Amino acid sequence: MASGAIPPHPSGFKPQPWRDRRIEIILGNLLRAGVLLSAAVVLCGGVIYLWRHAHEPADYRVFRGEPSEFRSIPGVIQSAINGRGRGLIQLGLLLLIATPIARVAFSIAGFLIERDWLYVAFTLIVLAILLYSFVGSGIGL
Amino acid sequence: MTTLEFTAVVGIVSFAAGLLGSLTGLGGGVVLVPLLTILFHVDIRYAIGASLVSVIATSSGAAASYVKEGFSNIRIGMFLEIATTFGALLGAFLATRIPTNALAIIFGAVLLYSSYLSRKPRTLAERNLPPDALATRLRLNGSFPTREGPRSYNVQHVPTGFSLMFGAGALSGLLGIGSGAVKVLAMDQAMRIPFKVSTTTSNFMIGVTAAASAGVYLSRGYVDPGLSMPVMLGVLAGSLLGSRILIKAETKSLRLVFSLVILVLGLQMLYKGIWGHI
Repeated sequence: MASGAIPPHPSGFKPQPWRDRRIEIILGNLLRAGVLLSAAVVLCGGVIYLWRHAHEPADYRVFRGEPSEFRSIPGVIQSAINGRGRGLIQLGLLLLIATPIARVAFSIAGFLIERDWLYVAFTLIVLAILLYSFVGSGIGL
Repeated sequence: MTTLEFTAVVGIVSFAAGLLGSLTGLGGGVVLVPLLTILFHVDIRYAIGASLVSVIATSSGAAASYVKEGFSNIRIGMFLEIATTFGALLGAFLATRIPTNALAIIFGAVLLYSSYLSRKPRTLAERNLPPDALATRLRLNGSFPTREGPRSYNVQHVPTGFSLMFGAGALSGLLGIGSGAVKVLAMDQAMRIPFKVSTTTSNFMIGVTAAASAGVYLSRGYVDPGLSMPVMLGVLAGSLLGSRILIKAETKSLRLVFSLVILVLGLQMLYKGIWGHI
């Protein structure tokens, strides 16, 4: 086991799930970085949005659905580039949704290193469902 | 209410929901949707969209600290995620097709059940269960650190757990919640996985499950940036603080209070759904 760089667990226990704990710690940090990055983008967008719309009435009683620019990846990116607050918030939320998907994708690499073909297959199925939810829902269009 | 006031109040309420949800292990999303719809008169579809996004933030934000403790079992998580993501996709497609008062009634029922479940004393997973053939083939058995050294466990009833997880995923996609209560039920009660492994693995799974339905919600226009911003930031800050003070806090009385809050919210959601005020 090549886990020399990782401090041992307080109880002296070596966990099983990944033989190399470094993969798991990298994945955990990836998730945290993704969340902090998306929170920062959402916060920036929120400041711009409030700066411009602070005194308008807030009303979410009636469901109208978001305009198309906030419903697709290209629309959100275009809106964020134009410096719109709500576009930036939506971009941050897209980054947030992408974070667990990235974790699943990186897990495939972890199982490949362990030559655990069964779990490479399981993880590919999960990734396929996640990607389908994006493509199939029309968000990428 | 102006946008500034609305953002501030929703942010504070979300912070409290995230803090309590993380301290009690019941999750913030389950109280957020009813609070937004009952207190702030937000349409349930906007509330579900905002809650779902905050669920991903909570799960991913806490994952890094759980990973270090070595409790979660990534193989159990990944295997069961086949069921939860598939269920979540189905739930999200259903959510866009069924009337909102039906959503409120289902939500109320889930709240009542969660409240009941959180008061029920949990059965300690028996030790030294014989290995199950299917669980062994799927390499689900593992061990986790305790004070007396590592303790190994043998996973039981894989098909039951897998089916329950499909239901948990469908509820998550339908209602925009983490449905951690059903996930823990499947792992802790059905599959006999030790409680600490169940809760941490469940937390790891919640973010992936929510991501499966988030794409559908976003493309259907359920995710409003102005509403999701204070909800996501508030819940994230609250749950991060909660996971830091979790070790010291006395959570027993807190759980009682929180489960009563869930009970009241559940009754209100049922009332609203049945009388069509939603």
